[in-house]
Amino acid sequence: MVTRPRSEVVAEAAIELVIRLCGISAIVFVFGIFFFVFREGSGFLFHGLSLRQFFGSIEWYPTSESHVRYGVLALIAGTASVTVLAMAIAVPFGIGAAIFISEFCGRRPREVLKITIELLAAIPSVVWGFIGLTVMNPLIIHLFHVPIGLNVLNGGLILALMSVPVIVSIGEDALKAVPDSYREAALALGVTRWQLVYRVLLPAAKNGLLAAALLGVGRAVGETMAVLMATGHAVKIPTSVMDSVRTLTATIAAELGEAAVGSNHYQVLFIIGILLFSITFVVNLVADLAVRGIRAR
Amino acid sequence: MMRPPSSEPRWTAPALLIGALAASLSFGCWRSREPEKAIIQNTGSDTMVNLAQAWAEDYARVDPTVSVEVSGGGSATGIAALINGTVDIANCSRRLEPGEIEQAEKKHAGTKPREFLVGYDALLVYVNKANPLEQITLEQLADIYGEGGRTTKWSELGVKMPAGADEIICVSRQSNSGTYFYFREAVLGRGRDFKLGSRDMQGSKDVVELVSRTPGAIGYSGMGYRTPDVKTPRVARKAGDVAYAASVENTLSHLYPIARPLFMYTLGEPTGAVKKYMEWVLSDAGQRIVTQSGYVPLPKNPPAH
Repeated sequence: MVTRPRSEVVAEAAIELVIRLCGISAIVFVFGIFFFVFREGSGFLFHGLSLRQFFGSIEWYPTSESHVRYGVLALIAGTASVTVLAMAIAVPFGIGAAIFISEFCGRRPREVLKITIELLAAIPSVVWGFIGLTVMNPLIIHLFHVPIGLNVLNGGLILALMSVPVIVSIGEDALKAVPDSYREAALALGVTRWQLVYRVLLPAAKNGLLAAALLGVGRAVGETMAVLMATGHAVKIPTSVMDSVRTLTATIAAELGEAAVGSNHYQVLFIIGILLFSITFVVNLVADLAVRGIRAR
Repeated sequence: MMRPPSSEPRWTAPALLIGALAASLSFGCWRSREPEKAIIQNTGSDTMVNLAQAWAEDYARVDPTVSVEVSGGGSATGIAALINGTVDIANCSRRLEPGEIEQAEKKHAGTKPREFLVGYDALLVYVNKANPLEQITLEQLADIYGEGGRTTKWSELGVKMPAGADEIICVSRQSNSGTYFYFREAVLGRGRDFKLGSRDMQGSKDVVELVSRTPGAIGYSGMGYRTPDVKTPRVARKAGDVAYAASVENTLSHLYPIARPLFMYTLGEPTGAVKKYMEWVLSDAGQRIVTQSGYVPLPKNPPAH
């Protein structure tokens, strides 16, 4: 009987342990982060914060000397307006690009396009914000004759550019996952390319495309630095795309650094964090269920 | 899954590894605690960050054995770091509040923060180059910026703006900057809040940058951030008063109505390298840099407060 050297047994066990730790670390981190965020905000969430004011008031005066108010309605409206506009632009463009890359494009242009789109995803968000502040702001003022170019339109366009890469790569995967037999069957029936896309591929890949769009939403809701710089950072419920707004994420980024640890203001910022966490969690969960929907077929 | 009867050896290797790693790390830290250079950590006011940086750079030539590391973030950030004991000097564009002094005392067994007055800053009102505005009163500013203020158009102030820029675009600061606090107290009056809907910028530089690119905008920031791309109207206390420009003399004589002292704080009386640094900052050489950075130095004879 051959016995393995003891060192080898130990090494193998160690490696196994490390790999197992890597495997469960993601779960540990997600729950750890949620626990931490929740713990930091829970004191004020359950004792003192008026939820009716939190969700129902637009008045955000966290450092007022006379009357401190923590109303995030305008911030929710800000996040929602920028995200909706970004998706209205990014989803058609992203899905269109995915269809083009997956169905209409030759091999060489496809590689060029994919690399370029990945490059788009690699631009740091602070650079996007800088573009919004210095390039788009004067451009929007000039084109639309509005007093200020830091607004929903500016933030929405930049977020759209930032979420297009996510939508394209996931959308393309979803289209690739449609079995070739579908395409062959459709072509055998004499459909045009457009009919193939519209009647066969889009219905077959709709769950994956929905997931792509939802992950784009998640990207847009969570984005911070670019919207902080491009939206104008003004507490206001927008009435048009030319109004400045302020988002939930940007508020945390702008104020957390200077809020005294443990103060009500600090805790409210963490409660906003819980709110954001819940939003992105629900969005990602729905996206995940949508993807599962494709696999189940 | 199956486990071998003795589970002990499974842990030995990783434990040893982690132990060795920890040992080498702590050794590394211990080594770096013994540098040839003394390091002074200096954090705080965004208004003062360029000034603090200029001091730090010049001081490197005065005393090469000391390195001063400067970062910004805001007055409250600096004070929080001072209270937490992570910096040696906090820059602050406002006086400490009683609550902050109390916090410091509580955390450090009764040690009070030591205040150093290091210079003055006049808060400038910035408008776009296209704006013909030459002077403005504090009352008008309060009506533009304050909660409940009714001024929203330049024409209401009698200012004729180019077409499409009549709406006043308020540019302000994030709600816990020292500049924001000072402006609120000095212009809006104690207890009054800002009007919602102002564009709240992260830094003094961003305010000036945005104003320079937006015709209808108005903003406020420290005098050190003046650039040739913006205009700075003179400021009067109230209608009918003389409006003053933010010059060194007008700041020191309190004729310019929105000027404020700039402070540095240490925990207790400083010693060693920090003490020498603070003495240098207050010396003629240090005060020359205040002038060079665009702020107002301390007068040769202490001002009559």
